[in-house]
Amino acid sequence: MSLYTALRHFADSYALAMICVLYLTLCLWHFRPGATAHIADAKLSIFQDDDHD
Amino acid sequence: METVVRRLGVWALVLLASIAAIALTPDKGFAIQMGIVALVAVILIIATATTYDPVARAQSIFRMPPGPSRYDDDVIRWGVIATMFWGIVGLLVGVFIAAQLAFPQLNFEPYLNFGRVRPLHTSAVIFAFGGNALLATSFYVVQRTCRTTLAFPALARFVFWGYQLFIVLAATGYILGIGQGREYAEPEWYVDLWLTIVWLAYLAVFVGTLLRRHEPHIYVANWFYLAFIITIAMLHVVNNLAVPVSFLGSKSYSLFSGVQDALTQWWYGHNAVGFFLTAGFLAMMYYFVPKQAGRPVYSYRLSIIHFWSLIFLYIWAGPHHLHYTALPDWAQTLGMVFSVMLWMPSWGGMINGLMTLNGAWDKVRTDPIIRMMVMALAFYGMSTFEGPMLSIKAVNSLSHYTDWTIGHVHSGALGWNGLITFACVYYLAPRLWNRERLYSLRMINWHFWLATLGIVFYAASMWVAGITQGLMWREYGADGYLVNSFVDTVAALHPMYILRAVGGLMYLSGALIMAYNIWMTVLGKLRDEAPMGDTPHDAAADTPIARPLVTEPAE
Repeated sequence: MSLYTALRHFADSYALAMICVLYLTLCLWHFRPGATAHIADAKLSIFQDDDHD
Repeated sequence: METVVRRLGVWALVLLASIAAIALTPDKGFAIQMGIVALVAVILIIATATTYDPVARAQSIFRMPPGPSRYDDDVIRWGVIATMFWGIVGLLVGVFIAAQLAFPQLNFEPYLNFGRVRPLHTSAVIFAFGGNALLATSFYVVQRTCRTTLAFPALARFVFWGYQLFIVLAATGYILGIGQGREYAEPEWYVDLWLTIVWLAYLAVFVGTLLRRHEPHIYVANWFYLAFIITIAMLHVVNNLAVPVSFLGSKSYSLFSGVQDALTQWWYGHNAVGFFLTAGFLAMMYYFVPKQAGRPVYSYRLSIIHFWSLIFLYIWAGPHHLHYTALPDWAQTLGMVFSVMLWMPSWGGMINGLMTLNGAWDKVRTDPIIRMMVMALAFYGMSTFEGPMLSIKAVNSLSHYTDWTIGHVHSGALGWNGLITFACVYYLAPRLWNRERLYSLRMINWHFWLATLGIVFYAASMWVAGITQGLMWREYGADGYLVNSFVDTVAALHPMYILRAVGGLMYLSGALIMAYNIWMTVLGKLRDEAPMGDTPHDAAADTPIARPLVTEPAE
């Protein structure tokens, strides 16, 4: 098995699965139960001390 | 004193090196480019050795408020001026090459032929206009959202002026016929190296500012800016891996060859669209649309999903530029599939931006800046729908190499990038120059309609032209021969090319009105005009309707 084939099989299997898991984790992380307050803070943070914009 | 001497020594070395390069090179274009570098060194020597401060002098011309303010806005003011200047240059050159396509007599050989002026247009609008807008807004947004000043103020100034030197070297290079023939990456090896230095300095300033923030959260706009800076660094370095023929000449050869070279180029090319023209400008959208609307973004979580989806999907879409070429079939299909998947996060982002106005839709009528932002988002949605559609192989077999692609690019570039940038500059100018308001709001209205109608002319004529071309190229007669020669299609497109130039001219005139408006704002003038969205009160009509009371029987 050439290096190309080995890398190709790895990319098609474990690497692909890992990337999908990473993607879903990064997206769903902000839906965890404790996140709501942080999200609201971050969302409104651009309006704090508005007099200096 | 010691630092002044040290600086003088460095500039003198740069001057000597560029003079040596001019003397030794057999390459005329390279000598001219090194002459530009030498000129910059001379200006820096004069500025360092004498009390004459050219930047302070120029600051007074552009009425920049003196002294420190809460944030480090000086470099942002320069960025706004550079954005306006390069925007006008880039659009003017665009109208010129549109006229060249309609009237070939306008090809002035050799310096102003289409082949040399076209990269001048694309680089001027993407990297000079768009790049300066991204520099200025990223420095503005990162300071406000992190509640701190720029991390390395001197380095931030180097980033701005170094980037302008990159633009000048790239632009003069195109006119002189220096280029490595890679679309949107035409500058040669020494200009690429210079840009790499400037870009890493940009990354250092941006990350440094994020690290010294006085705010627990990194607002989502900064994620987009950071993704744009990091990815462009990676794309630029990999795509420009090349070996110069000589260190005293401009010519270099790519490290890759054949289809690998083509795929590297379009991996770069499409991600330049994805991370320069999309991620960077989305960062502007996620800060300036909520600020101008006075309402937080519709869904912060959706903006995070938008971010990660773009990051994970965009990087694979490049092969759709190479459908039906020597690229392996599976790679073409991969590019197509990822392009179609990109439709979802793009529309998620568009909806997120538009729904930010939920409950404040009246602002579209009363606030011309919001109107411009909404139109920009609408064009973001339209072009991110058209793009995946064009990447489908069956559609691409008709559209590829035709003017449909050019129409698609311009609905994205003029509609999305152009309008969101204009809106941000309108937002920034009064704030950066401490003005009460813009010189004129009604002029924004003129700009808006000229720009919108200009894009409609442009995109509609290019759709017709592209489909005409595609159908004429593939038309077979009964005897199995192609019916049309290439020049037949060119003749058939002539009216469409004139319409396109008219559309471009309208867009340029809108930008000229803007330049005047911004200049008057900088001078601190206020136009005496009726306010926008005024609803006059008619006291006579403001009475209850006198209805006779009629008793109605209960059912």
